[in-house]
This record gives sequence, C-alpha cells and structure tokens, in this order.
Amino acid sequence: MKKTPLYEKHVSLGARMIDFGGWLMPVQYTSLMDEHQAARQAAALFDICHMGEIRVTGPGAFDLLQYALTRDLAGQKNGQIKLSALLTDEGGIIDDLTVYKMGDETFLLVTNATTREADLSRVSALRDEKGFDCRIEDASDQTGKLDLQGPAAEAILQTLTDADLHNIRFYHFAETSVAGVPALVSRSGYTGEDGFELYAAADSTGRIWDALMKAGEPRGLKPAGLGARDTLRLEAGMLLNGQDITTSVCPMEVPYAWLVAWEKDFAGRPALDERKRRGIARQLVGFEMVGRGIARHGHPVLNGSREIGVVTSGTFSPTLQKAIGLAFLDSSSAAPATPLAVRIREHEIPAKIVPLPFYKRKK
Amino acid sequence: MSKPNSSDRLYSKDHEWVQSQADGSAVVGITDYAQEMLTDIVFVELPDVGRVVAKGEAMAVVESVKSVSDVYAPLGGEIIDVNRALEDKPELINSDAFGEGWIAKIQPADPEEMAALLSAVDYDALIQQEKH
Repeated sequence: MKKTPLYEKHVSLGARMIDFGGWLMPVQYTSLMDEHQAARQAAALFDICHMGEIRVTGPGAFDLLQYALTRDLAGQKNGQIKLSALLTDEGGIIDDLTVYKMGDETFLLVTNATTREADLSRVSALRDEKGFDCRIEDASDQTGKLDLQGPAAEAILQTLTDADLHNIRFYHFAETSVAGVPALVSRSGYTGEDGFELYAAADSTGRIWDALMKAGEPRGLKPAGLGARDTLRLEAGMLLNGQDITTSVCPMEVPYAWLVAWEKDFAGRPALDERKRRGIARQLVGFEMVGRGIARHGHPVLNGSREIGVVTSGTFSPTLQKAIGLAFLDSSSAAPATPLAVRIREHEIPAKIVPLPFYKRKK
Repeated sequence: MSKPNSSDRLYSKDHEWVQSQADGSAVVGITDYAQEMLTDIVFVELPDVGRVVAKGEAMAVVESVKSVSDVYAPLGGEIIDVNRALEDKPELINSDAFGEGWIAKIQPADPEEMAALLSAVDYDALIQQEKH
C-alpha cells in the first residue's frame, strides 16, 4: 500500500486510514460531520498527495493536448486551468482532469489518483501515434498536493504567501511560495467552496501542512479526510471518477457535455459522433429521498414496478440534512416530474429528481 | 473514550447489549464502543413490531454518513417494542447508546439463550482484543 508524505501526521492525529485505490488515506480524523462543516463554515485541509501530476512539455505539447482532450484549449491563457475529459477510442471517459497552462510549451495535467497510469499511457500512445514533438513526464511521486477549502481559506493562506491571493481568480493559479516553500497555488477545488489547491515538492508538503494548521486553527481550520471530501463534492454536484463515471460512460450521459468542443477533432470523437447519432439512452441526474432512507451506490431506481436506473453515489447530506444522490436513469424517465423510488434493502422508498448542484455557496 | 460497559446488562460479540426487564422481556441496543466505531449515525431502520427474529438474525440497520451496518438480534424472540425516537433522532445512539439510544424490546423465545451472552468483563476483554 502506498503512503503519502503526510502519513505519519495522519496517524498521530488519530485518523482512520483506508485503502483508496492502493493508497493508505485518512477517511476521517474526528467526525466526518465536523470536518464537513469546517469546510462549509471555516476551512478544511485535505491531503491530496495521491492524485497524479503529469508534465507535458515541448513544441508539440499544445497540439498533443488539443488532440487528446475534449476541451478546446486554444483560448487558454498562461496561469489558467481548464477541466477536460480524456476519452477512449469508444468515447468513454478515462479521466476528468485539469490542465494547468504554465507556458506556451509547458502544461501540467492533474489526474485522479486511480487513473494516473491509464492517463499516462493514453496520452503517451496518442503522442506516439500522431508524432507530436513533446515530453511526457509523470511528476506524481515528486509532487505533493494539499487542498485548503472553505470561506476562511484565503485569509489563512494569505498569512503564508507573498502572492496577492485576491488577484488569483477562480480556475487560475500562480507560482509563488507558501511558508517559504516554492509552491503552485490555484483557486479551485472539489468541495463547492472557495479555496485553493497547493502543489509543492513532495518532501516539503509537511512544512506547508504544519504552517497552514498553525495559521488556520484560530480561524476554525480542521484537517479533513476523504469521507468529508466525498460528501462535500456530492453536495456540490461534482462527479467521482470510478463511481459516477467510468470508461463505459460518455460525456453526454453525465453533466460533462460542456467539456466537449464539437468544433475540433479529438481522440474518441468518431465514437462520440456515433453515440450522439444513435441517441443518448441514459442520463445522470440528481435526486433526493422523499421517504425515509439513504440511497447508496448500486441501489436500483424504479418507476412503479419498472427498473429505470441505478444509483451511482448516495449519502446523507450534512449541509442539507437529507439523503441525496446521483443516479443513471433511462433518458425517457429522466424528466424532473417522473415519480421515482429507490430500492433500499427490500423497501421501495420514494425519491424525486432535483436540479444539480444540491448545494451552492452564497457569494 | 467509550463509556464503561456496565454489569447491569449482557453483551454480544457483535457489539449489542441486552438488558433483562422485570417482566421477562429484554431491551436491546448497540454498545457505546460500537457507536464510536460507526461515528455520526444519521439513519436507523427499525424492525416491525410483531416480527419474530432468530438469534443472530439482522433485525435493524444503523447508518452513518459513509457506512451501513446491520444490528443482529442477540436473542431470538418477538419484537414487542421499538424506539421510534430514533426515526427523528438517530444521533441518540451516539449520545446515549446504553440509554435513550436503545433500539428494540424483545420477548425472548428461549431465555436460555441469555447464558451464551458475554458479561461486561468478557466484553471489555473482547474490545481490547479488537483494538490490538
């Protein structure tokens, strides 16, 4: 099992550790509820060192990514991030990843932990197939990542950096230093709150963690585990790779149609065109439980006695204090007024379709 | 730290407690150690009153935000009452597992089954083992 550079800190904080895609990660420290509320009301700090970082550099770097990814990167400016999808030849989603444009010939791809190797081999294969002139390096082991999320995140981080954080807009980043350590700071995250993702050399991640905890504790900062990360992202209507999306899911079946730039050619496009022509048979929708019960991954969704779909993510929402989830439904049954039930154990519990996200922060 | 396991009741290996009542019935819940392992409890599925359960049968479900756990009947018998307060306040199990967080009352079919349950001392020893 792989450990992040912060493993010892988690253990000494009393965290419960779980296996997440081969990584020993903290699922919670004290209480998932408290960690969740800290992110919504103050700030939370997450060890995200397990995620992947791939550097793509050279004269053909842009051309490779513009071909490999579904998003149009032509307008992307230095210092800007774009979320994009990487597809199989069949049009299925290998990963939803972020592209950091560091320079005209320098890009950083931030990948999910579980898809890092698949991304690397897919992007490398596309480079070799098309002969793009660029280098692809897996920098994941040398790179540490911390997510600082919540309404107090900016005030906490500002005490430790010379960068004027106010000037870093959403989905933008700056190369600066944090607590005296060179770091890349982006205003982004996976919680639906304001906040930052911080990247630094793996062996200096501990220094940044300690400095942030010290500066943040008086402002309500708490370390938070993958448990709270999951409830936060689900409330914000964000998808979890490997659970809501897999390589059998295409962008038009989930709220990722906006990631596809139909005006350009990209890997997997012929298959997507074909899927579009045939019609999209299922849709990922948000739902909330009307009756008593918590829907979980894999529970069947019914319309009367007819099975019309399956739950991909489901939890009790700490912020909304009700059970929420995402489910794939037959497109013909995905209209908002469709009466639904989720089969939880032997019970059929009423549910209803609701718009995403479940939670939106007040600006 | 868990609350102490009192000698006024018996325990199962699956972390339920059983307290005999003067009328011959038995109140059942999960232990404080169990609620601590489960953390924030957000949903409890209670058994139907009148249902007859066998010893070891899943009779209720306790859910935290992340986990779903069965509660097993520590005794066979008929469910004669359930703690409806848990439907609105499942967190009573977190705050008072041995008291207000009780789950069901069973009329034991075979009072001899009580003999197979653990004393507080034996249950303490079991928890210590699990922790190591």
